[in-house]
Amino acid sequence: MPTFLARQSPVLSGLIKLGAVTRFLMRVLGQTVPSLNHPRLLIEQIYNAGARSLVIIMLCGLFVGMVLGLQGYDLLARFGSESALGVAAALGLIRELGPVLTALLFAGRAGTALASEIGLMGATDQLTAMEMMAVDPVRYVVAPRFLGGFIAMPLLTGIFNCVGIYGTQLIGVVMMRIPAGTFWSQLVNAVELRDIREGFIKSLVFGVTCSLVAVYEGYYAVPTAEGVGLATTRTVVTSAVLILMLDYILTAMFL
Amino acid sequence: MAPSRRAWSSRPRERRGRRDPLTNGTEASGEPLIDVRDVHYAIGAHTVFSGLNVRIARGSVTAVMGPSGTGKTTLLRLIMGQVLPQSGRISVFGQDVPSLRRPQLFALRQRVGMLFQNGALLTGMSVFDNVAFPVREHARLPEPVLRELVLMKLQAVGLRGAAQLMPSELSGGMARRVALARAIVMDPEVLLYDEPFVGLDPISKGVILRLIQSLNRALKITSVLVSHDVAEINLIADRTYLIAGGTVVAEGTPAELKQDTSGVVQQFISGAPDGPVPFHYPASDYYTQLLER
Repeated sequence: MPTFLARQSPVLSGLIKLGAVTRFLMRVLGQTVPSLNHPRLLIEQIYNAGARSLVIIMLCGLFVGMVLGLQGYDLLARFGSESALGVAAALGLIRELGPVLTALLFAGRAGTALASEIGLMGATDQLTAMEMMAVDPVRYVVAPRFLGGFIAMPLLTGIFNCVGIYGTQLIGVVMMRIPAGTFWSQLVNAVELRDIREGFIKSLVFGVTCSLVAVYEGYYAVPTAEGVGLATTRTVVTSAVLILMLDYILTAMFL
Repeated sequence: MAPSRRAWSSRPRERRGRRDPLTNGTEASGEPLIDVRDVHYAIGAHTVFSGLNVRIARGSVTAVMGPSGTGKTTLLRLIMGQVLPQSGRISVFGQDVPSLRRPQLFALRQRVGMLFQNGALLTGMSVFDNVAFPVREHARLPEPVLRELVLMKLQAVGLRGAAQLMPSELSGGMARRVALARAIVMDPEVLLYDEPFVGLDPISKGVILRLIQSLNRALKITSVLVSHDVAEINLIADRTYLIAGGTVVAEGTPAELKQDTSGVVQQFISGAPDGPVPFHYPASDYYTQLLER
């Protein structure tokens, strides 16, 4: 009956999917504490999701910061406020661009890797084999990956922000000759704890979202090459849409 | 009603360690170890089993044979409680599998080993770690003891020297043997083999065949083999069930099946391409279809 109705109504289909994802999240959360019995697995996943994303995160952070420096300098120069470049860039990065872009990059690199890895484990009967050996794959495979992504996201966001601000400083201070003292002192005075808290909370929410989407799509991927490919694609698309949607909601809540 | 995968909810962790069959009050002596009675199972509109009956005695080697797509692997999944039948009774060690809760089912699975058709080795672990995996999860053995146990099982399948290899470095036959070592590492009472001979060269087939026989004789393990390799099955099976059309069409010892004159049995044993099991998938008239525009 629900399947039949879902075919008729996209809204109902969406609600059914939302219910399934919520139920899966509860199951994963229920297994997070038992999964800590294997700290090595968690450390591996933080390394996979976090350390292996470092290069792309730092590179993108640097260029985003430099673009912000160029655009910000051009805009602020029209009002004679070039010295506020550091503040503008830092607030933009910490509150908005840092968490959102890190999450989008995370979904593209770590999210797809998670979904395809779990999907392939399903396609090659590894998850079934665990079930048959009386080992819950959600505890052994899914929960450490979910936790690893959740922990890695705020760390990556922090690194993205730092490198981004450094990129802006390269443009503003080194190229455009804004005095370094002015740049940094204004930045330090203007950025408040609540700005950092806003960015941190966003990164936590995006961490849950990206990791959940990736492990859910991977776990329920159709066990074929095409099915795993589709699951990987869905991971990126769903994560991107959810990140931007949640970003709007969170920003509206914080302002 | 569509068949349902078990809806796993988060429940308390299963009990560690194996159950002692002597203290298991539900297991009555004299009953078959595995009893599948009048099982009906369908996937959507496709009926896989209708009134399937299979009884497997303790300590025996039982073969389940049949043409491709008759649900032989599905039968193993039903026995292990991975999928649930629409109706009928599936009893293992005297316990009704479909009605078991997750912790009870996991306790039961610790007494049963399963060899997958493709081995299903965990690709991120070495051969040693693959074999050690169930023990590490279910028993708190000191590492030196675990090492001895794993090496002993690998020695039994002739792959002690491959302990540090990764699954990607193994041939199909070696992967199957490692999977067998993993399946027996917990000293199960029952071993389920899903197509153990498929895709193997004659030497590997011989090795697996000998291992199944020796495990059955030395460890008194009850073995259930799903296969369509008639020659190999005839060598080791005590009893064979032939499944076709969703039910058992013949059963008996290999010698009894050879004497069976029914069309399906003879077609299967002789490997005839056409007969009661048709070569062609149901279709409209060939000539008419060719003339259609």
